[in-house]
Amino acid sequence: MRHVLSVLVENEPGVLSRVVGLFSGRGFNIETLNVGPTLEDGISLMTITTAGDEQIIEQIIKQLRKLVTVVKVVDLTHLQSVEREMVLIKVNAEDERRAEVLRIADIFRCKVVDVSGNDLTLEITGDQGKIRAIVNLLQRFGIKEFARTGTVAMRRSMQME
Amino acid sequence: MERTGAQILLECLRQEGVDSIFGFPGGAVIDIYHHLPDYPSLRHFLVRHEQGAIHAADGYARATGQVGVCLVTSGPGATNTVTGIATAYMDSIPVVIITGQVPTPLIGNDAFQEVDIVGISRPCVKHNYLVKDVKDLAWIVKQAFYLARTGRPGPVLVDLPKDVLQAKTLFEYPESISMRSYNPNLAPNRRQVRKATELLRRSQRPLVYSGGGVISSDAAEELTWLCRNLRIPVTSTLMGLGAFPGDDPLWLGMLGMHGTYAANMAVGHTDLLLAVGARFDDRVTGKISSFAPAAQVVHIDVDPTSIRKNVNVDVPIVADCRLALRGIREELEICPDLPDWNTVHQPWLDQLAEWQRNHPVRYTYADEPIKPQFVVEKIYELTKGEAIITTEVGQNQMWAAQFSRFHRPRTFLTSGGLGTMGYGFPAAIGAQVAFPDRLVIDIAGDGSIQMNIQEMATAVSYNIPVKIVILNNGYLGMVRQWQELFYARNYCATCMHLNPDFVKLAEAYGAAGFRVTKAADVERVLKEAFAVPGPAIVDVVVEPEENVYPMVPAGAALTDMLLV
Repeated sequence: MRHVLSVLVENEPGVLSRVVGLFSGRGFNIETLNVGPTLEDGISLMTITTAGDEQIIEQIIKQLRKLVTVVKVVDLTHLQSVEREMVLIKVNAEDERRAEVLRIADIFRCKVVDVSGNDLTLEITGDQGKIRAIVNLLQRFGIKEFARTGTVAMRRSMQME
Repeated sequence: MERTGAQILLECLRQEGVDSIFGFPGGAVIDIYHHLPDYPSLRHFLVRHEQGAIHAADGYARATGQVGVCLVTSGPGATNTVTGIATAYMDSIPVVIITGQVPTPLIGNDAFQEVDIVGISRPCVKHNYLVKDVKDLAWIVKQAFYLARTGRPGPVLVDLPKDVLQAKTLFEYPESISMRSYNPNLAPNRRQVRKATELLRRSQRPLVYSGGGVISSDAAEELTWLCRNLRIPVTSTLMGLGAFPGDDPLWLGMLGMHGTYAANMAVGHTDLLLAVGARFDDRVTGKISSFAPAAQVVHIDVDPTSIRKNVNVDVPIVADCRLALRGIREELEICPDLPDWNTVHQPWLDQLAEWQRNHPVRYTYADEPIKPQFVVEKIYELTKGEAIITTEVGQNQMWAAQFSRFHRPRTFLTSGGLGTMGYGFPAAIGAQVAFPDRLVIDIAGDGSIQMNIQEMATAVSYNIPVKIVILNNGYLGMVRQWQELFYARNYCATCMHLNPDFVKLAEAYGAAGFRVTKAADVERVLKEAFAVPGPAIVDVVVEPEENVYPMVPAGAALTDMLLV
């Protein structure tokens, strides 16, 4: 099962390789990884999506907590949370099909962030399902470049039953 | 007064109570060596290879419970310690490794003797540091020692660029440490302790399976109290030997691949397995699905990752072993209706005694060639379990574990997790440095002793009177045993053709050398060697194709043992 982990780490050189090395060394899997500084001095937030059975996920979380530079680990999977990913897609858009691409972009509330004679670059934000869906739809036009941030996620303030 | 990084480092080591450093100099650490004579309380032992330094620091740590210290230069000096760092990591041994590094402006430039030792060692240290500013040095060293010895102990590496060692700053050693990201949980959860106690009260066939954690947390006394008072039989891992007295009737011997028949059968039949400071390693469990099939499992370990890593646990207790065992004791003391342990456990103990009687560890005596097991028995007889025994890895290690008995913690030092050949001799040097008046014996094989034989020069030059007993069968015996049993006797690359003459080798180094070929002479020669005031090698020519039994083939259930 896919899990989203929020990992607060000390922002110091080598902390990323400690975390990544832990995953590779123990045969765990990283699907996406996003890192950035938080508002608190010296602390960064990593959002890691990974997959495995319950026992594997338990090990991953415990092993992460064991790293001296890891401050806090939260598994968002069983909490209500907001999950987003941003993707830039450069898609073929020749004159005769440009309108069709723009219509799809509109339906998905994408922003057009760059235009040229024969392609468009779209910015889209959403959860993984939404991104899969638009990729599916755009593939027939020909996707020329594709860059994604990886998932970022946050626990919702109100946790409903 | 301002001091250089090198002086600050040495001052920190002094304040941490370090008395012995095992090291080897080089360009990047000359500054440290330059100031070392100003700190006479820090004794430095110059080894002949950096692997010897790290194993000696490890042996010192295992024998004393204090943090061992190893000091090496950058590049090859640092990489030569990696095997020893991994050895200490796998067995949770507190060691601080100080490595030199090229000056900070050169880092990343492929400078002479530059290596990214922080990167290389990352998977096999508890933590490591690259010190980039001399102002950070004091607190980093303080943290390094704190991390090494607290929680689940382990090696911590501090990498020191040459310019940091030369830079100056005011020295102030931090009084205390607080780390927001490191707070090992030591006290047991009361509810879990109560649950464990309840299971103990109801169990008919309990078994304690103890490991190295009992030794590192100094819990031997608590463990012994619990087992003796509740009449619970005890087995232990290789790492746990010495935590429970080996002459107690409740002692079953080691379990696992070369465990005793009684211990492995006990695991197969127990209804309550109390795992204390052990981690269910594959050499211990055999086929995991058949391990302790009838048992509920209580697992005490200070490291949460040990719990449910390999087996499911009914009652996990994340805590220091000593505090957890003490908690169980306190819980028992307020328990109103305790069973009469003698009556309840007697049928189980009778069963175990019968297994022990019918299948003790055994061998067939011969005068020539000598049986290796006989030599280990003799060593035990002569030392009465008072010596510190170290081992190399392989058959020598298993026979040392099977045919000695250990009565006290920290008297058996062996590379359990990593299985590092060449460990025993330098580790013995480290232990002997810590305890100059005790008898320290390395039980070795002719293969593994050659992996760090160069440390004879260290032993001789400081007159460290370690005794090496080589069970010389002319083979890499354990691999040969596997080839015999599972690879159609294809002894490829396991015959040690043309071993050196170990007696002459000892003499060449300036140590005493002895050779024995007949069982009748073993006792006399061992006595003679043990009486030598300096280091000595005893080369015992033993039966070449003797095997270690019982043996659980890899992947088989513990109760499926090859007995002879």
